[in-house]
Amino acid sequence: MFSEKGVERLLSVIAFSAISALALIALFIFIEGIPFLLKYGIKDFLLSSDWRPESGKFGIYPMISASFWVMLGAMLVGAPFGIAGAIFLAEFTPKTVMHIIKPAIELLAAVPSVIYGFIGVVVLAPIIREVFGGPGLSLLAGAIILGIMILPTVISISIDSILAVPASFREGSLALGATIWQTVHMLTIKAAKSGIIASIILGMGRAIGETMAVIMVTGNAVMIPNSALDSVRTLTANIALEMSYATGMHREALFATGVVLFIVIIFLNAIASVVIRKKVITK
Amino acid sequence: MRVSPKYTQIGAVTILGAATAFTVAILIFIIIFVLEKGLPVLSFNFLFTNPSDMGRSGGILPILIGTVLLPVLAIIVAAPLGICTSVYLVEFTLESRVTRLIRFGTDCLAGVPSIIFGLFGFIFFVTILGMGWSIMSGGLSLALMILPTIIRTSEEAIRAVPKAYREVSFSLGASRWQTVRKVVLPNALPGVVTGVVLGIGRSIEETAVVIFTAGSSLLIPTSLFDSTRTMAVHFYILAREGLSMENAYGTAASLIIAVLIVNLTAYWMMHRFIAKRN
Repeated sequence: MFSEKGVERLLSVIAFSAISALALIALFIFIEGIPFLLKYGIKDFLLSSDWRPESGKFGIYPMISASFWVMLGAMLVGAPFGIAGAIFLAEFTPKTVMHIIKPAIELLAAVPSVIYGFIGVVVLAPIIREVFGGPGLSLLAGAIILGIMILPTVISISIDSILAVPASFREGSLALGATIWQTVHMLTIKAAKSGIIASIILGMGRAIGETMAVIMVTGNAVMIPNSALDSVRTLTANIALEMSYATGMHREALFATGVVLFIVIIFLNAIASVVIRKKVITK
Repeated sequence: MRVSPKYTQIGAVTILGAATAFTVAILIFIIIFVLEKGLPVLSFNFLFTNPSDMGRSGGILPILIGTVLLPVLAIIVAAPLGICTSVYLVEFTLESRVTRLIRFGTDCLAGVPSIIFGLFGFIFFVTILGMGWSIMSGGLSLALMILPTIIRTSEEAIRAVPKAYREVSFSLGASRWQTVRKVVLPNALPGVVTGVVLGIGRSIEETAVVIFTAGSSLLIPTSLFDSTRTMAVHFYILAREGLSMENAYGTAASLIIAVLIVNLTAYWMMHRFIAKRN
């Protein structure tokens, strides 16, 4: 049989598998992308609006701005609904009902992103075209679909952090004659604030990283959006659309886009984990 | 004028309740929409015949095979790594800088967008290791993607095993590893399996990673180094290139049904696990 020490050593090596995977991914994306950034110039790459791979122009500013606006729009849709849903389920519904509805909402996270994208194309885009005009496949369509897609992330983490507020806090407030809603908005939300903020940051990460649904609903024109009805192309869509035929500098530019995306996501995750840890310490 | 707290309470509950109802309604709408259009197309014939004319007609047999093989390979790789990691984190070490680093790495890996896994898989497995667009490249890339899910779920399951179980085992003279093998893991098993099932679910849903690493061949794979496509990829290609709406809906319906079965199984197991604990 295995010796005790041997098992422990083996497990301690395997325990680094996730973080080694992360390091390996970072390493190879950077090896492919960084030389391009140095050659082409980080400033030109990030701040120029000229994306014409066939003539060697690689400015991703339109994609950065598209990713930003789509993400912001998704937050405007997803965060209010998500937080409202979390408060309602955690504070105003019986436990048994919550235990049915929470998994149902988490099931939203399991619906494949291509299906969301498809619903966006066949249901949402025609409605936007009818009501607001424009091409339909637009920044607005992307924001709404992504807003729906991040709901499970926001709701499920927010519920957990609201339920983690000690019952004695609530009981004190209720004993003083406050209504449940007064207790919720004056006390529970404030106590659960860090978890709710973390849920929103993680939602932002999901919104920026989403690819397939965004490709299908945003129209993919390379331009800086002037209105919510414009067709836009995000960073993720740019990689996915052109990777299949890109070669040479063009391919390196797409990996450099991946580098930008990777850095943004790790940054957001680091903030989220700092926010959550601070909560644990102050408790 | 001050509004009575009783009325603000009623107002707040109405608004919050409406938001929640809206969220649930979206879920129901998506599932019903896809099933309504897709179920009429679904048949034994559709599932078990070969596609013809790029998927414009015929069935989805090779796609079904790809959809089973990729997640299975991903799980074979990721499950042992993930379960060992969580056993180490919970049973073999105290909270320290190292465990915090491992947890942070796991959380970051969970947040990495699928397109990045796709890029990495393409450059590392497909190109550098020379596996080409294949089930192998796809399965390994998916394995990295689902590793955090498995680590987190099994860590929770192992942590939920009462301390007393371990203490009894230690007091009988069992070593740490014997305790893990004979006491902790059997008791945490349903929770651990839930993580594995959720990992299968994520692999089935994924599109970007699979397109970049497993390609999109419509032939029945004969080895692990053949290219293949999953239902999610097939649906994407059919819908985007407008090849056949009918077959796209049929594929979407089988995809949704597969995802529902896998996820409901996971919830059912988790529920039983929690019920047994209490």
